[in-house]
This record gives sequence, structure tokens and C-alpha cells, in this order.
Amino acid sequence: MSTTARRIEPDAALTVRNLRVDFGADPVVRGVSFEVARGECLAIVGESGSGKSVTARSLLGLAGANARVSADRLELGGQNVLGLTDRAWRARRGKDVGLVLQDALVSLDPLRPIGREIADSLRLHTTLGAAARARRVLELLDAVGLPDPARQVQKLSGQLSGGERQRALIAAAIALNPPLLIADEPTTALDVTVQAQILALLEQITGDGTAVVLISHDLAVVSHIAHRVAVMHDGLLVETGSSRQVLGSPRQEQTRRMVAAIPADKPRGTRLSLSARAADAAPKPARPATSAVVLEAIGLSKSFRRPDGTRHLAVDDVSFALQRGTTLGIVGESGSGKTTTARLLLALLPPDQGEVRVLDQPWSAASEKARRGRRSGVGAIYQDALGSFDPRWSVAEILTDALGLRHRRRAPQTTARLVTLLDQVGLTAAVLRRRPLELSGGQRQRVGIARALAARPEILICDEPVSSLDVSVQAQVLDLLDDLQRERGLSLIFISHDLGVVQHVSDNIVVMRAGRLVESGPATRVFAAPQHPYSVQLLAAIPRLSP
Amino acid sequence: MSELEVQADFAARAGQPGRPRRLGVAETAAGVLALFLLVSAVAPHLVAPGDPLGIDPLSAFAPPTRAHVFGTDESGRDIFTRVVHGTQYSLVIGAAATAIGLGLGIVLGTLAGMLGRVVDFTVNRFLEVLFAFPGLLLALLFIVIFGPGVATATIAVGLSTAPGYARIIRAQLITVRSAAFVEAATVLGRTRWQILLRHILPNTLAPLFVLATLGIGQAIVWAATLSYLGLGAEPPTAEWGALLSAGRTYITSAWWMSFFPGLFIVLTAVTATVLGRSIDSRMRHA
Repeated sequence: MSTTARRIEPDAALTVRNLRVDFGADPVVRGVSFEVARGECLAIVGESGSGKSVTARSLLGLAGANARVSADRLELGGQNVLGLTDRAWRARRGKDVGLVLQDALVSLDPLRPIGREIADSLRLHTTLGAAARARRVLELLDAVGLPDPARQVQKLSGQLSGGERQRALIAAAIALNPPLLIADEPTTALDVTVQAQILALLEQITGDGTAVVLISHDLAVVSHIAHRVAVMHDGLLVETGSSRQVLGSPRQEQTRRMVAAIPADKPRGTRLSLSARAADAAPKPARPATSAVVLEAIGLSKSFRRPDGTRHLAVDDVSFALQRGTTLGIVGESGSGKTTTARLLLALLPPDQGEVRVLDQPWSAASEKARRGRRSGVGAIYQDALGSFDPRWSVAEILTDALGLRHRRRAPQTTARLVTLLDQVGLTAAVLRRRPLELSGGQRQRVGIARALAARPEILICDEPVSSLDVSVQAQVLDLLDDLQRERGLSLIFISHDLGVVQHVSDNIVVMRAGRLVESGPATRVFAAPQHPYSVQLLAAIPRLSP
Repeated sequence: MSELEVQADFAARAGQPGRPRRLGVAETAAGVLALFLLVSAVAPHLVAPGDPLGIDPLSAFAPPTRAHVFGTDESGRDIFTRVVHGTQYSLVIGAAATAIGLGLGIVLGTLAGMLGRVVDFTVNRFLEVLFAFPGLLLALLFIVIFGPGVATATIAVGLSTAPGYARIIRAQLITVRSAAFVEAATVLGRTRWQILLRHILPNTLAPLFVLATLGIGQAIVWAATLSYLGLGAEPPTAEWGALLSAGRTYITSAWWMSFFPGLFIVLTAVTATVLGRSIDSRMRHA
């Protein structure tokens, strides 16, 4: 259907020919052409820095004050919009083209009720009276599936959940029935189950005849609702075609890399990053399983005081055991108590009840003084690698400190040890003198892993270690952790909200919800035959490439 | 930071990682001026070889000429010489007052930030009481009790700036204390003292030295104010505030007597501020 729609030009909601954007120096978008028909969803997929967001914003005249935008054609609904003044753009935004952004929390005014936010575009672009506007807002909230709209219109954005906020934002974007909707990473900050709902809503909007341009870094997410996929890399569209064709039989190197990097449904031990060596492509043999327990959580509970004085039970009677040389995945959505669990395991928080034991010795029950000497056995990798480094320190200082040595009196053999450490995580000595701020996200996480490895731990506790990384970088980091585990017999606790990632890395799985452990068991069993209804729901929401 | 901003940021910095930003006109001028002021303070005879106290009644009230670039005062003393020789007083008072304020602020702020709720509460109430007085009023109160003079004026200015520093240090400590990298150091098995000395204190204090540079300018103005009111340095000391005060009587007939000392007070304060801001923005983007 997309091919027929493309041939009928007047039907095109958006036509872009040879779009170029630069910010003075290097061009960010280097000649991009595509069109979107009414009722069609085009996904532009690429990693950070590929130019996809800048492309999307150029379609709304929002590329930025110092951006130079040029194109052979840039038409919205057949009308040229290239070089429009700000004033002319304002008349079109909301009416001819709507925008949905990633983070609804910052996109909505925190001090105005969402009803007023949504009514804004109606007030600016229509002659509707106050009563008619209020009616229309309720209709819109109903259309985007927000329960009990009459009550919700009064709420501030901070009082809504992430999914509700995103729905409100979509309601504001479609208030004037724009023929074209641009959604820039609309589900990136959301939990999987909520993400699935928002995607269904966007699909429904497309079905109603709106053209949708969906910007995303995640191929699996877009594969369900996009009719066509355009893969962007380095400012160029490297591959465009129907979703089935692009994702099913990618022709370009860049696309293949991205498809390969999707972790869901790839067996444990499969390489995610494409490698030149054929031997790497085959799944590695499973390690011999041992039954020795290295870390054990027994009936852990932890509660926090809320601002209003009541107590919030963040972790509620959770027990599990980590066996030597295996990976235990802990999954759950935001608010499930994953991070509190990680902090309990690292003995950064004392549990209210229960105990953590490491190598059959008391861990949480020991004093910090007694524990300090054994801390080298338990390493940690954090989601925000940058924040976990002292901002004043260079990579060399960070790693020297992790080795337990002083940077000032660094001996030549220390430098050799640093280089070995970096080599294990695939970095070169060139980064030693840099500060983490000057490194890329993937490099930072590698330095974080190198730091955790420096003390030769037996157990690594990884809290969302790849959540802030691009898929292909995520693939490399996951492969690295897998290699290190294989070589060193590391035992890993892998905490993530991303079931696809957890499925790929874990031997055993713990599913958490609202502080409670709802299901646990071998990963293959839990993923093949989940017992608890919540696990079933969570598994169904995993973004997979649609067949 | 949105992806767009990140890209714009990368584009702006592309190809020059870590290379310092070019110096602006204001920064260059401030640098030259700071150098001049430093030389004037350390070796005033190099800049103005004359005697700052040497009187010459015959050329009293001479307007700015080639012989006396800034003119002369009622006793025929050369204003330029006096202004240059007065630099050391102003700079020393400014630096000393800032050091006193900062030192006191560090003590109070660290107490409040590190020693638990009771100490925090007490120190905070105490700071609020100090904040309730305008800074200069606090300084005047101190001078009323201990008598005028350069030393008391310096301490007075230092005291009145301390609450501000204390507040900032406390806030910074609380932020740094709960930072992820402090937690990471705990996980690596570092002791409390190691963490305090290697991570918390350096990260708390580093931004403060920038603030102190900004504070020197303010302290100089305040010290000059006190001298102008006759509560700091006393004539015939060539302190700028005192010069300003001495010229006040003749402002209608000999404007240069107060104009040039005033100009130097303003230029010094602006120089300190421009340099402070420049260092600040460089550290932020380093």
C-alpha cells in the first residue's frame, strides 16, 4: 500500500527533497529525501548523532536559531514551507503539523493543568468558545485513552504518570487534527507495558488518516507500527523501504548492524555486535553450571518515609540467590524496587529486615569496617557512568585509584597495568589522559567496567548498565560483559527494565513489581512459560521485530 | 540535554577537544589591568617613582597635566602617585577580607553540611540572623565595638561576607555528599576520611575559589566604603576610599581628586569580576 501511496504525489502529506542542515561547521543532515502519504507511518531510525532529530525539527521550522536549512523541496500538504518566517511557522505548527516529544515531563508546563495546555492550540488557531474548547479537550483525552478525562483535565503534569503525560501530549498534538504528526522518540522514557499502549495509540492515529513521522533509535519499537522505515546514518538516509524489507532483509551494513544489535530472542551467548570473525557469530557453548551460591538475599525489606510521613515499602520480602559464574537478571518497571535492591546488595543501604550474604559470610549484617576489606569482591557498574566518576579526575586517576594506588606517585609498571585494564574493555591508552566528560557514552561505560574489574571482583552488580546507550553500543557492552564472565567466571546481577536485554544475558530471572518478587526461575523457563499474570503481560510487551 | 543540543554542542566543539576558548576583549583588558594592579601593589615605585606623601604647596589643586596626569590635591601631592601607592592597601584589604569570609564560611558551612541535623539547624538559624542585617550594617556594628582602623575594617568586611559563603558551601557539600561518585568510592571500599579528603572537599571547594575571585572585587568596594566613611584607613594613608573621602570637600572645584581614586575602585572591582567569571565559565566547560 505504501508503494501505491507514493506514486500519487498530491496525496503526500509531506515531501522532502535533498534536505540539508548545518550549524556553521560540518553538515548534520547531508541531503535527505523522503515523502509521507496520508495515513502512512514513516519511521526514521538512527543512532544518536545520525541527524534524525534535526531532520524532524526542520519539518517544523525548529532546527534552531543558528541552523542553516536548505532543500530542493520541503512541502507540507503540497505547500512550500522552506524559508518560512518564524511568524508564518507559528501559524502552521499545531494546525498543519503536530509534534510529540520524548520527555512529556519537560514538554508540559508544570504549573498549568493539562486541560489548559491542550486547549492552547484550540485557543490560538480556532474560533471555538470556552465551552466548546472544554468539550473538545475532553473528547481528545478520551480519544487518547486517558481514563476519567473530566477529572484529569484539572491535573498538573507532575501529578500524572509517564504514560498519562505522554497521552496528554499526544492529545495536544492532535487537537487540531493536523494532517501530519511528528513523534520524536515518543516512548523512549516509558516502561515497556506503557510503551506498547502508546504505540497502539499512534497506530490508531495513523489509521484515522494522519501521516506520522516516527523518530526512534529502536528498530524493534518501530517495526510494529511503521509502514516504511528509513535508516539514517551520519546525516544520510542509508536505506529506505517497507518495514518488512528493511528489517527482514537489510541491505546496508548500518542497518544490519542495528538489526543484529536487538537483544530480544537472541539466545544466551550470541554475539550482538557484528564481527569480522565468523567464529564469533556462533553462540558460545554454555558454561558448566555450578551450584555454589556466591550471593544470597534472604527476605530483604526496605521502606522509606514519604514527604507526608507515611512509609513507602520499596522492597518487600525479596529472596534470591546468585550462583557462581552465572547471571541473575532482575527485571521490573519503574518503581518496582530494582534500584533499591541494588543498593541493598551493595550494602549502601541497611535493610529493615532480612539479610544479604556474600560468599556465605554476613554482608549487610556486618559493620562497614568489617565489610570494607571484602568490598573488593563485589564490584558495581552504574547506569549513569559519568556521574559515578569524580568529575575532577582523568581516566588514569580513576583507574589508579580503583587499583588502590596513589596517582601522584605513579610507577611505570602502574601505567602498564592501566593499559592492560583498558585493553580488557576494548579501550586504548589514548583515553588515559582524558576526563570522562570528553568520552562517548560507550567509552564511559567501558571505563566504568574497567574500574569495577580493577579490584578483581567475583561478583558484579550492574544497575541498568546499558540503558543510556545506543543499540549498537549496547550490543558491544553486552558482548563485553559476556566475554568477561566467560574468561573470569564472574557472577553477575543484571538489573534492567529492558526485558529484551535481560532475556539475552540472564541464566536466571527475578521479576519484580511494586517491591515484591512476583516470579523467579531459570530464564528459559520464565520466558517460555511465565506463570504470573504480570510476567505474561510484561513479556507480551517486549519490543520484538515483527515477523 | 536533548539530542539536538548534544549535536549542536558537538558541532561547536568539533575538532578542538579540550582547546581553550579564545580570549575576549574584556578578558584581555582585565588581564592587562590585573597585571598593572599587581605591579602597583608589589612595586609601586616602578610605576610611580615619586613620594606619595611628598607635599608641594605651590602646585596645589593642579588639574591633570603632563606633569601630574591625575592632577594634585590640596597639599600639592600627586594623585597618580597616591592612587598607585594605595593599590596595595586596597588589594590586601580585599584579599584578606575575602580570605577571612571564606575561611569562616568554610568552617560554618562544613559544620552545617557534615555534622547532622542539630548542628545544621543551629548553624542555619545563626546564618539567618546574620543575613537579616545588611552586610555593611554588620561591618559598621563590628567597627563600633572594636574601633576604626584598617585591621578592623578588613575583619568587618570579612565577617559580613562569611554567611553567604557558608550557605553556598553547605549546599555544595550536601549535593556532593550524595553524588554517585561518592557512592562509587564507598563500593570500592574507601574509608569515610578518604572519601571526604579525596572527593567531597575538593569538589566542594574548587568552585569556591572562583566565587572568591568575584568576592575580592566586592570586598574592595566595601573596604573603600568604610574608609570613605572614615572608619577604615585614615589620612594621609593613600587608601582609595580615604582618597575619595579627602576629595569630597573639593568635588566642585577639583573633580580629579575624587574621580581617579573612584575610577580605580570601579576598574579593580570590574577586573576581579571579569576574571572570576572567565575562570568560572572555563572551569564549567573544561
